[in-house]
Amino acid sequence: MKEIIELLEENARLTPEDISRILKKDIATVKKTIEKLEKSGVILGYKAIINEEKSKSFKPVRAVIEVQVTPKRNQGFDYIAERIYKFSEVVTCFLVSGTYDLLLIVEGDNIHDVAQFVAEKLAPLEGVRGTVTHFLLKKYKQDGFVLTKGKENHRQSISL
Amino acid sequence: MKERIADRVNKIEPSGIREFFDLVLGMKDIISLGIGEPDFVTPWHIREAGIYALEEGYTSYTSNQGLPQLRKIISQYIHRRFGVKYDPDDEVLITVGVSEAYDLAIRAVVNPGDEVLVPQPCYVCYYPVSVLAEGKPKYLSTSSTGFKVTPELLTSNISSKTKVLVLNYPNNPTGVTYTREELKSLAKVIKEKNLIVISDEIYAELTYDHGHTSLSSLPGMRSRTVYLNGFSKAFAMTGWRLGFACGPEDIISAMNKIHQYTMLCAPIMSQMAGIEAVLKGDSAVRQMCTEYRRRRDYIVERLKEMGLDFVYPQGAFYVYVNIGKTGLSAREFAIKLLRQKKVAVVPGVAFGPKDDNDRYIRIAYTVDFDTLKKALNRIQEFLRSL
Ligand SMILES: Cc1ncc(COP(=O)(O)O)c(C=O)c1O
Repeated sequence: MKEIIELLEENARLTPEDISRILKKDIATVKKTIEKLEKSGVILGYKAIINEEKSKSFKPVRAVIEVQVTPKRNQGFDYIAERIYKFSEVVTCFLVSGTYDLLLIVEGDNIHDVAQFVAEKLAPLEGVRGTVTHFLLKKYKQDGFVLTKGKENHRQSISL
Repeated sequence: MKERIADRVNKIEPSGIREFFDLVLGMKDIISLGIGEPDFVTPWHIREAGIYALEEGYTSYTSNQGLPQLRKIISQYIHRRFGVKYDPDDEVLITVGVSEAYDLAIRAVVNPGDEVLVPQPCYVCYYPVSVLAEGKPKYLSTSSTGFKVTPELLTSNISSKTKVLVLNYPNNPTGVTYTREELKSLAKVIKEKNLIVISDEIYAELTYDHGHTSLSSLPGMRSRTVYLNGFSKAFAMTGWRLGFACGPEDIISAMNKIHQYTMLCAPIMSQMAGIEAVLKGDSAVRQMCTEYRRRRDYIVERLKEMGLDFVYPQGAFYVYVNIGKTGLSAREFAIKLLRQKKVAVVPGVAFGPKDDNDRYIRIAYTVDFDTLKKALNRIQEFLRSL
């Protein structure tokens, strides 16, 4: 189980056949385990990591937003966090330590969309004490992948 | 113009597969399973230490033997990992790769005419470097003993002139390594026959199924073993040209005598990066090792499914595959595979005499998993098309 998660976390394109060879387990068992992981929500999905610096497709505008909130009696931060992360504009929501509480990544079609979301939806929420919005300018590295440079490998194609 | 060149150089055979190399280097868009070095670049923290060394003005010579701090931590590292104690003051020498260390070791101990036993298939430098030292290298064929030297094989090849045995494990090109018990039984013969062993353990960290045993950790072997290791493979540092030799004081000091006149010292910025590698490189080594092991596990299953024979590789990043069934020679196989499927492998004849190696190819799994899978699919298609 643990090894299958590790393998898929590194390379989601591994097929059950590939995994069964690497781990010397039969395919049926591997398939069943993966199904279980998917059903129980350990594996949430599979998607390609796109280098937006290179792709010509539409790039959404993103902002990292620091949010200060007042936790609710008996429910802590979960209640207000849920009120916030349910908006589809919010793609990431973390509770963090430090001078603010929630760290959001918010997406919109343009700056106006994001600004409007903050002004009309996020800031007026009961319990939100303040927000600081940082628009994202350039991605250098994401999920372990460097986005701005080519492959760093200069080997000759054959050597002994 | 041959007479302008020294006899001992003329005696070395030019590599028989030069044209094959040229063919590979001249082709575009191939997948190469012929690369004998890691596909990882040097971990960033180690590169950063090299950059910092340059920034701080570390651009000078070091002592011939190498930076004292590097020798000290290498000595601690070998003790921690392989259980052998070497005195950093006079039993450790920092070299320009295992390549230089091997040359020094051979030149330090071989007199003209002394026999050097070189088990083959093997890494390419052992035989010719012995020729240059005016020794008499003698190949030991391991192809009928699972690519391992056995006590019987060793005994039957020792003569009164035999002085040195060269061992390399995990092995390039076979990936084969030895268990502690196997090494013990070899050590017995080595002691009986009073041989010196040059033990190239450069792939020690890349051992997948059991711990690596250093020959010099066995009783009575430390005094007759020159232990060679380096940064190229374990830390993915081939271009830094950094290695080391550990051994009894008399041999290390003789090696240093040659080293001080021929090389002076290993590059200081590489030595500085080497310090970082040994001190902080453990987790990077472990990560790379896990990745190689997974590829090994995968490739072994695929080759079995293709019905190919090979000896189960337990270390390094190679499999030595018997393609005899195809009726093709190693060279023919490699050229056809390259031309038809754009996959490069190295014909076995690069690693020893034709008689023993013309039925083998070396596959190096130094490419990422998806590329490896694609290459193996192509090899499978190629085999079906024959
Ligand atoms: C068995 C063996 N020894 C030594 C070397 C050379 O190592 P270095 O880069 O330390 O000179 C290699 C490189 O392929 C090798 O495979």
